[in-house]
Amino acid sequence: MTSLLDIQDLTITYRGARGHVPAVRGVSFSLQAGETIGIAGESGSGKSTLGMSLLRLLPKETKVEGELLFNGEDILTMKFGRLRAVRWSGASMIFQGAMHALNPVHRIGQQIAEPIEVHNPSMGAKAVSSRVTELLDQVGLPAWRAENYPHELSGGQRQRVMIAMALACDPELIIADEATTALDVMVQAQVLQLLRDLVAERQMGLIMISHDLSVLADMCDRVAVMYAGQIVEVGQGHAMFTAPRHPYGAALGSAFPVIGDPEARRNPRGLAGDPPVPTDLPSGCPFHPRCPVARDDCSTTVPELLPVKAPDEDLRRSACLVAQDGQSIRPSSPVPPTSTQEPVT
Amino acid sequence: MNDQLLSARDLKVSFDLPGGRQAQAVAGVNLDIAPGEIVALAGESGCGKSTLARTMLALEDATDGSITFGGKSLPKSTKKLRAFRKQVQLVLQDPTGALNPRHTVYDAVAEGLRIHGIEGSNEYDQVISALSQAGLRPPEQYLNRYPYELSGGQRQRVVIAGALALDPQLIIADEPVASLDASVRGEILALFQRLRDDFGLGALVVTHDLGLAWNIADRIAVMYLGRIVEQGPVEQVLLDPQHPYTRALVSVLPDSPVGDPQVLTGEAPDASQIPSGCRFHPRCPLVASGKAAEAGIEEKCRTQDLAVLDADPRNWQSACHYSAQFGRDEVRGTAEPVADSLG
Repeated sequence: MTSLLDIQDLTITYRGARGHVPAVRGVSFSLQAGETIGIAGESGSGKSTLGMSLLRLLPKETKVEGELLFNGEDILTMKFGRLRAVRWSGASMIFQGAMHALNPVHRIGQQIAEPIEVHNPSMGAKAVSSRVTELLDQVGLPAWRAENYPHELSGGQRQRVMIAMALACDPELIIADEATTALDVMVQAQVLQLLRDLVAERQMGLIMISHDLSVLADMCDRVAVMYAGQIVEVGQGHAMFTAPRHPYGAALGSAFPVIGDPEARRNPRGLAGDPPVPTDLPSGCPFHPRCPVARDDCSTTVPELLPVKAPDEDLRRSACLVAQDGQSIRPSSPVPPTSTQEPVT
Repeated sequence: MNDQLLSARDLKVSFDLPGGRQAQAVAGVNLDIAPGEIVALAGESGCGKSTLARTMLALEDATDGSITFGGKSLPKSTKKLRAFRKQVQLVLQDPTGALNPRHTVYDAVAEGLRIHGIEGSNEYDQVISALSQAGLRPPEQYLNRYPYELSGGQRQRVVIAGALALDPQLIIADEPVASLDASVRGEILALFQRLRDDFGLGALVVTHDLGLAWNIADRIAVMYLGRIVEQGPVEQVLLDPQHPYTRALVSVLPDSPVGDPQVLTGEAPDASQIPSGCRFHPRCPLVASGKAAEAGIEEKCRTQDLAVLDADPRNWQSACHYSAQFGRDEVRGTAEPVADSLG
């Protein structure tokens, strides 16, 4: 069976004035129809670059290597005409800032209609407008909102419009890049519920990109954590949050406390230091300078993403030498107070 | 309560809107912050939490009610207000916007000292010590840097150092970590906590992030449409919310302590059209599910406004007809009615 999406050894290098910047370094995963995968990581981890590459939205001079199969078809070698057909109707994207992604001088209805008209030139104006109404209804907005301009909507409503646009051509895959990050807790819950229902109803594939591991773990079948352009840990959604097997995954998870967790009470946990500069990556494991459990060999051996034991699942893979040896990835002494010192770069 | 540092009493702030309408951003609030206390002010966008914080800093004019600092009313004159603002410092959400891109770290931190006329030979020492308190160490290495050379977390530390340089008694922080990365978030929150533990520096933290409150706050006040609807110690309010609004907010969080997610429909209504009766009733799950009707208080929910909660920090309170009648167990919906457990 062909996967909906099959990514093999994807490597993306930006070419800038200051030389080549590796943003994604050898990422592989696949996604089936009806499945949800979360990509977690900090700014600069390469997660958004990865998302953009799936629709070839990166600047022309960016070097993209590897294999990116969408229903068995290689997106990287696709002719532009075919790519246009795949964008929106095969796979579509929900961007982060809905205020900036929507055109402020066009009505909502017009903007949702645009991809429909482009992809179905023979469709009559009436049919298009009834499709727009249907889409607005699906995302929980009344039909009269089609006449509104973006500034007349609240943040959550705009994000719903973005989702309606992404759904316009019945895609098989949706890529949501920080789709709920800027929203209030309750509105975020509404939008997540909407995405969850859509995935279940239509057997869509969903890639959710976010820095909030707790939301991804709650929402996704699988979660992959990225650091310095690589997947450093991947596994079943909820278990990734409750029982991480990579020290970076653990740090990312504990940044967002579970309310009621006595360990997090009056004990905010962060991670000292900054993410590495992509043009000057540390030797060995790229995480070792910030790692609380780093050993001597971590600075010399580059860890591969290998299967490790994790409670309640058999999918877990981690690129951590300590975890691969079956040892704990949490510091053994009672958690030391977080260092507030950031190294001078 | 004379031992409170900053207090608001019956505070109301309204804004004129086009067409002669008025938006009541803050519609009657009592809030106290004690020295060395960290209070979280939580709520959705548009609930008035930022307006309340800004008014407590005298950056907005109150329409009604009073604000006292150390037991005294806030001064009116610009000069005296300046002295007040030295004691109560503001930290904003976006450190990139708060820093002048053409000022070095030194200038950014020294600016407050200069404005408040604390110039002189020890300016350098004060800047160094503020940077060091804010966790930028060794401070000398940061002095001549520009904001673009710093990471988001370092920029927020510079903003906080600018506040610390004036040796304030209280920091008012509006979403101080919302624009920061996950790993930096914990670091900045740890800094707030350390400043409190080491220097007794209190904070009012405005946020929509309840996890932040769990991480650092002593008390939490939850705001809805201009009123505080529930306030009390963090453990009590977040683990067993009395008000159905707080309960819904907590319930939609991952691995929530309060059971099934209760996604409220719609968004917080406009502050220019505050519903009659309990301001939350149009979205209230207790009203929608008929529980309020069953209890015979639906009429009350629809027509009778609730009293403004008092500021007593020892008292866990919620502004809800239902919990007032039955106690919090019934709001939770798992126990027998307890007639007057909370009065």
